Amino acid sequence: MREVAIIASAQADNTSTTTSTPVEMLIPVIQQVLANASMTKTDIGFWCHGSCDYMTGQPFSFVSAVDALGAWPPIIESHVEADGAFALYEAWMKIQTGEIDTALVFGNGRSSSGDINRILTLQLDPYVVGPLWPDDRSIAAMQARACLESGVVTERAMAEVAQRSHRNALTNPKALRRGDHSIEALMAAQLVADPLRELDCPAHADGVTAVIIAAGDRARSLAARPAWIRGIDHRIESQNLGNRSMTSLPSAALAAHKAGVANDKIDVAELHAPYSHQELLLTSALGLSESTTINPSGGALCANPMMSAGLARFAEAATRVMNGTADRAIGHASSGPWMQQNLVCVLEGE
Amino acid sequence: MSDDVLRIRTPISIKYQYSAGPRVSSHLLGLMDGRFVGKRCPVCELVYMPPRNGTCAKCGALLGEDVEVGQRGTITTFCVVNVPFLGQTIKIPYVSATILLDGADMGMQHLIQEVDAADVRMGMRVEPVWRPREEWQPSLENVMHFRPTGEPDAPFDSYAGHL
Amino acid sequence: MAERCAVIGVGQTQHTSCRADVSIAGLVREAVDRALESAQLTMADIDAIVIGKAPDMLEGVMMPELWLVDALAAAGKPVFRVHTAGSVGGSTAIVAAQHVMSGVHKRVLTVGFEKQSDGNAMWALSVPMPFGMPVHAGAGGYFSPIIRSYIKRSGAPSHIGCMVAVKDRTNACRNPYAHLHEPDWTLEKAMASPMLWDPVRMVETCPSSDGAMALVLASEDVADAHDGPKAWVHATAMRSEPTAFAGRNQVSPRASEDCANDLWRKAGITSPIDEIDAVEMYVPFAWFEPMWLESLGFAPKDHGWRFVEDGVTEMTGRLPVNCSGGVLSTNPIGASGMLRFGEAAMQVMGIAGDHQVDSVRKAFGHAYGGGSQFFAMWVVGKDKP
Repeated sequence: MREVAIIASAQADNTSTTTSTPVEMLIPVIQQVLANASMTKTDIGFWCHGSCDYMTGQPFSFVSAVDALGAWPPIIESHVEADGAFALYEAWMKIQTGEIDTALVFGNGRSSSGDINRILTLQLDPYVVGPLWPDDRSIAAMQARACLESGVVTERAMAEVAQRSHRNALTNPKALRRGDHSIEALMAAQLVADPLRELDCPAHADGVTAVIIAAGDRARSLAARPAWIRGIDHRIESQNLGNRSMTSLPSAALAAHKAGVANDKIDVAELHAPYSHQELLLTSALGLSESTTINPSGGALCANPMMSAGLARFAEAATRVMNGTADRAIGHASSGPWMQQNLVCVLEGE
Repeated sequence: MSDDVLRIRTPISIKYQYSAGPRVSSHLLGLMDGRFVGKRCPVCELVYMPPRNGTCAKCGALLGEDVEVGQRGTITTFCVVNVPFLGQTIKIPYVSATILLDGADMGMQHLIQEVDAADVRMGMRVEPVWRPREEWQPSLENVMHFRPTGEPDAPFDSYAGHL
Repeated sequence: MAERCAVIGVGQTQHTSCRADVSIAGLVREAVDRALESAQLTMADIDAIVIGKAPDMLEGVMMPELWLVDALAAAGKPVFRVHTAGSVGGSTAIVAAQHVMSGVHKRVLTVGFEKQSDGNAMWALSVPMPFGMPVHAGAGGYFSPIIRSYIKRSGAPSHIGCMVAVKDRTNACRNPYAHLHEPDWTLEKAMASPMLWDPVRMVETCPSSDGAMALVLASEDVADAHDGPKAWVHATAMRSEPTAFAGRNQVSPRASEDCANDLWRKAGITSPIDEIDAVEMYVPFAWFEPMWLESLGFAPKDHGWRFVEDGVTEMTGRLPVNCSGGVLSTNPIGASGMLRFGEAAMQVMGIAGDHQVDSVRKAFGHAYGGGSQFFAMWVVGKDKP
């Protein structure tokens, strides 16, 4: 395997609504990540984008994103209908073939264009589940209820996740939501989808994340301390809501195993867990101990720009490796109801 | 077998809110005033009318200053639409043309009327027919259609670079 | 540096306008089961799955690969989703090949599908958007002005499009999976076909199909051990450019030319017309055959239509193009590109049945999408690269 590292990243400020077009939001972030790497567009061997038509309500919505890249002369480029973190996976794989040495990957999403809780319903079985229109929060609440009843999580542990996330976001200028809340106040807050409270739920946002990865010595020449991808893997599990575990995440556990998470201690984990109880399930599936700092950025509870949020976790984890705060970190992205699909990446300093 | 359910109808309804973006906004305000306002790319200096999604795709740049272009233009290419489809609001057959307005570097799509479809040709000079002012909205639909001006056709070379 | 990769399994569905007999999952499984059977593998042998399809709005399921996990027995595996507009079937096959060429996986299943009858394709492709003028009518309204530009530039006579259409419809009669089986087309009858988007006649357009195409890609050791036909991936290439900017050549986009040049270079091909024995080209409107022949370097500029007129691209010609009947006879959008890639592999594997060309050593698969702006191509061959 070729050595590949994240050498730069950039994110837009997460907002609850924006009047810019999606491509107008992209351009400053693309320019910023290139500037952060002291690169120009001609230094990029491959471009890969993650987004979703149903987020913007427009077929082929990703086509206009090419307008943000200055794709002239023509570029080698691809698109995944998924989080930008999966675009990073495709680019990592392309570097492994030896065809390219550098790639710029990005993800963008506008949760404010429509009712995201309702849009996500369209991910369900279109014949027998979707027509009932269960929304995303309700489905997550069913899982949270099962976790509470089985004793896998407690309401207090969920409140602690919400408390820590919103406190961490106090130092993240990109976050959409932040605050210092007492556990008592969090547990007394109004239920929005029993047993979930507002701050147990993702802060849906409009956002953009871009990351540049490079191979071997190219990475060393572009960054003082690249965040080396030592393991990366993604796995999926059944979506069938009636025929799968509601209290564990076998796909996340398998991806973590394949990515080599357990080979050494993890200093920082940036996890894309949209709901507070899901973070608890995920840390358990990944086998993380108390010594790991979880979501110093505040995570998805404080800003969840769908299709960009997973790549944002990679960017946050890489930043902490690159600035020396962490020697070994996890970037994680998820997709689907009950975190059906999980992508795990282990990043290390030199 | 005949009693099996082979197909079901499950209508999907989602409301979306689209954004024009700040750069297209000045173009739409121009249309409220009967003017065609495009934008110049600060890098390659070409004039986009309409300013699409606020970007110059060639340069990957956000568009800059407003540029008002002429009312008249040239048909660079066109097609005669003769196929019905869901949501179609115009009676067939009709001509959908790419029109390069004088002073713009990018053609825009619009309708050609007041001429037999068979007489429409590349290079034909056209002008807009605006709806009554009281009906104007921030939309290119303020122009009902374009029609021939009767001027001589523009030579191919004058628009060959804008096809 | 890249590992070698070969196609060892190909499977497609019966394509038709409405596969009311199967669900979306059933349609996908039909192609997958046939591909696995031809690869002599079962689902348990597969390391990873790469899925491609065009806009999710065509069926009304968002990221349907998530829901399709059970139908594909994919739980516990990596499932990867690609979407690059009309080129998606080709891009998906390339991304799947990279899963092998990277050395990460050994047996990769890839599938492209579309079930257009479950939604309304014309609506999904022309969702009315604010701020513009609703003057288009689907893809034909977009592409016919480009075709008009080609006709004017090249001086092609008006019957060329119909010649391509008659050829592809006739070829499709030799392909049992093709959507359209219309054996009685003649040039005269085609010329009388109604104009839909002048200069595009109805016969020169593609149908709207339900269908799926699946391939099994294998690493060198797996392919060597495979006792059956195989097609080695000699080279892949992709290029993209923006939809619209002043001065853009939409008849022969630079991304198309760059992509082809890159492909020929990687495959060690110096004269495509001499070295390629069968072509599966993405031709959704008949006129695109001569346009792509020129853009891809098979024919000199403005001579593509002469190839058509001289029968060069007939099944018995020097450069057989779309012996399967092509997109003009079968168009499940998300699968169309993979059909081109897969049909090219079938020609090399010698399993194309009645539309098999004699002694194919190298074949070319091609897909494009968006406003003629996204390109994906591969060359597959009988010998190891």
